Amino acid sequence: MSNRQDPVWRFLLPSLVFVGVFSLYPILESFRLSLYRMILTLPWLGQKFVGWENYRDLVTDPVALGSLSTSMIFVAVTTPIEVLLGLAMALVLNESFRGRGWLRAIVLIPWAVPTVVSSQMWRFIFNDRYGLFNYLLYGDATQLYWAPLAEPGLALLSIMVADIWKTSAFAALIILAGLQGIPGELYEAASIDGASAWRKFRHITLPLVKPALLLALLFRTIDALKVFDLVFVMTQGGPADTTNLLQFYGYKKSFAEGMIGYGSAIAVVVFLLSFFLSVLYIRLLGTGLLRKAQQT
Amino acid sequence: MKKFAFAASVAAIGTLTLLPFSWFVLTSWKSAAEIIAIPPVILPSFHWDNYRAAITQYGLLHYIGNSAIVALATTLVSLAIASLAAFALARFKLRWARYYLMLLLALSMFPQIAIAGPVWRLLNFLGWLNSYQGIVAAYISLTLPFAVWVLTTFFQELPYDIEEAALVDGCTRWQALRLVVLPLAAPGLFTAAILVFIHAWNEFFFALIILTYPALQTLPVGIALFPGEYTMPWGEIAAASTIATLPLVALTLIFQRRIVQGLSAGAVKG
Amino acid sequence: MEEISFTVADGEFCVLLGPSGCGKTTLLRIVAGLESASAGTVDIDTTRVDLLPPQDRDVAFVFQNYALYPHMTVFENLGFSLRLHDVAKDEIQTRVTEVARLLEIDNQLKQKPQQLSGGQRQRVALGRAIVRRPKLFLFDEPLSNLDATLRANMRVELGRLHTRLGSTMLYVTHDQAEAMTLGEKIIVLDKGRIQQVGTASEIYHRPSNLFVAGFVGQPQMNLIEGRLDSNGKFHDEGGVEIDLAGTVASRSAVDSPLTLGIRPEDFRPCASADAWFSGTAEFVEDLGSDCFVHLLCGKLKLVARLPGQNRIKRGDSLHLNADPQRVHLFRDGRRVDLFGSEA
Repeated sequence: MSNRQDPVWRFLLPSLVFVGVFSLYPILESFRLSLYRMILTLPWLGQKFVGWENYRDLVTDPVALGSLSTSMIFVAVTTPIEVLLGLAMALVLNESFRGRGWLRAIVLIPWAVPTVVSSQMWRFIFNDRYGLFNYLLYGDATQLYWAPLAEPGLALLSIMVADIWKTSAFAALIILAGLQGIPGELYEAASIDGASAWRKFRHITLPLVKPALLLALLFRTIDALKVFDLVFVMTQGGPADTTNLLQFYGYKKSFAEGMIGYGSAIAVVVFLLSFFLSVLYIRLLGTGLLRKAQQT
Repeated sequence: MKKFAFAASVAAIGTLTLLPFSWFVLTSWKSAAEIIAIPPVILPSFHWDNYRAAITQYGLLHYIGNSAIVALATTLVSLAIASLAAFALARFKLRWARYYLMLLLALSMFPQIAIAGPVWRLLNFLGWLNSYQGIVAAYISLTLPFAVWVLTTFFQELPYDIEEAALVDGCTRWQALRLVVLPLAAPGLFTAAILVFIHAWNEFFFALIILTYPALQTLPVGIALFPGEYTMPWGEIAAASTIATLPLVALTLIFQRRIVQGLSAGAVKG
Repeated sequence: MEEISFTVADGEFCVLLGPSGCGKTTLLRIVAGLESASAGTVDIDTTRVDLLPPQDRDVAFVFQNYALYPHMTVFENLGFSLRLHDVAKDEIQTRVTEVARLLEIDNQLKQKPQQLSGGQRQRVALGRAIVRRPKLFLFDEPLSNLDATLRANMRVELGRLHTRLGSTMLYVTHDQAEAMTLGEKIIVLDKGRIQQVGTASEIYHRPSNLFVAGFVGQPQMNLIEGRLDSNGKFHDEGGVEIDLAGTVASRSAVDSPLTLGIRPEDFRPCASADAWFSGTAEFVEDLGSDCFVHLLCGKLKLVARLPGQNRIKRGDSLHLNADPQRVHLFRDGRRVDLFGSEA
């Protein structure tokens, strides 16, 4: 239903321009750049078209493959934990109790704290000489202290802890929205039907919160590919390339080392991964959730 | 029994969330000796030295200034553009509105690295590296998809009849937006503004690659690159971090209801 | 809410009738155990239940918005409570199919609530209650979300259901038509207080106070303020004079401010000499079967029901009186009986 001359285009033009110039064009450019070999900051050295060579190198480069597997492990471990913790927090926040507003605000703080700040914070906690983590484990016995950020196995774990601390709240919010969509009357009807608290959870809460859980899972998975600040501040990809999460590795190649061609190949891979996940996410949104599926 | 378990969970959640952060904040008031002490000193002696050093030696205030300028500019421009787009998407029954929204959603999700190189080269070409307009342009494109998404859902929930009444009374679409929708959507706009501001304030990746002159760097870059060769000046870092985070924490505490609403709207309701 | 006390007999269909906010739903939920009262007891089948949670009270509740489990099929919705009580699978099967057939939803057993129409959902909500064979059925305005025709049909269905099952039912509604057709005992509530308890006939023909008189009956009873003089004549300020000498037995109502009530259908057109009220028709509602004439008598606005197909038009003058036996008198809001003793 248009009005005489609806200036539709005038409304949408600015956003289209930005999206086109700063999002769509760069993606395509990244694809293009991945076919070249060049140094970012030395453009006068020219660019050499190398076709798929960057990708071939990627597939044979142990560090690159290590980066991929590290990212997969990271996602596989943090996402379920965050969703579970998120569910627990959401269940608590769904009840009405005095101070609920406070708890909700507190739970948002990790999200609001700049990631760089929380990275430094965890770096401090994991410090090998006076960090809180070591103290809680070993007390005064400083000779037993670990340097989690310097140990190949533990470094990744430490980053995971930092990430879980920061983002469980976000998962909690998504799940909480799902919980709040469940009409209270269903619980009343279940009470009358004879259900105990546990059965109410099993037969009503769980099935009806499943879409939100899935959403949180998918959302967190996509986000896990974007982890950068934590790695940059806490480990810089080390020790021994054990925390080279994909986005950081791409940065390292493109900007720290200037190998923009190779870095773009990494960028393309990361993009495809997250694009595939986003499509899944949007499909999910479109099917069950755009329609309010919980009408009685 | 049930009540006790519940209270315990509430306490656990609160503590685990606050503990790391409060530990860090407390550190900002400790003297150098207290910081490295084992067993750890819980209550600091409230030195303000770290803060003084952070401000005078490390130029904290000018980092904050840069962050403030960038975040504010981003918020204003991003919201302006997003409101226009969201209004059109919500009101003009465009057949491809859904696709545009989905495209935006997909765009808001992909990792910055995917576009970082080309964006850098583009800004370099425009001479916008190490400039406010450069970083703000990059930030606008980062926040735009999310802002459009959130605002579209807000606008969709506004009752349409009021606008129709305005149109019948003789307003153009543009006037309807300005005089009727925007005032009504003020809460939604405000929420979106807060979210965009926080996002821009905290952003690190693009700030790192676009702003390499210390004079222009924003707070996250300042804190990440805090100089320290042999021993990290944890006190100063903690002080700088506390100052960096305080406005955000305050914003979050005051507007937590709106923030929760906005985030869920963006992520769940679609 | 004020102090309320009432009893429902075994197998009785009792209706709690009142306007919104009068507390009827709260009362129902207290009986169900979904809310608790600050004082008092609830007994079901001579057992005290107010300390028990809803799960243990053996009552069934039909919600206004049905509260069907959206992720379960109709079959699962119906059988849910049986499952919770560990009833054997084949018995669940038999009972659910039996009830589904009774309510004519047996073709929908495999569907989910979203796929059903409003009327079908309502029947599933009903079925869920019936399957449990509870001691008490509680209904919270179950028909209010249905459209008019469906509502009228379901009213009859519910009545038939009650006769067939013979169960005790407590039904909350603000719709007096529902109350009158379904209720064997009607409890009229307003502002947290019981206004009257009685059968439909008692409530309609002998309303015990002004509220009940005004609430029950569509269109509303006509109410005129005035006084009775020592000659048994009722006067109002506008000069209306009604001779009730033959009927009013008691003298104590003389000279106190009274309210006279006449239902629209009790008016009779008459000659102007015998008229109690003479006025002009302001607006005529011709509904086909009936005709409601709104007339202006001096300062009084009255509504009279006349048989359809009469020729009254706007602007016509009308003279009305009524059978004195059908007149209601209220003093201080409470009913005054005309024949013999006072209320």
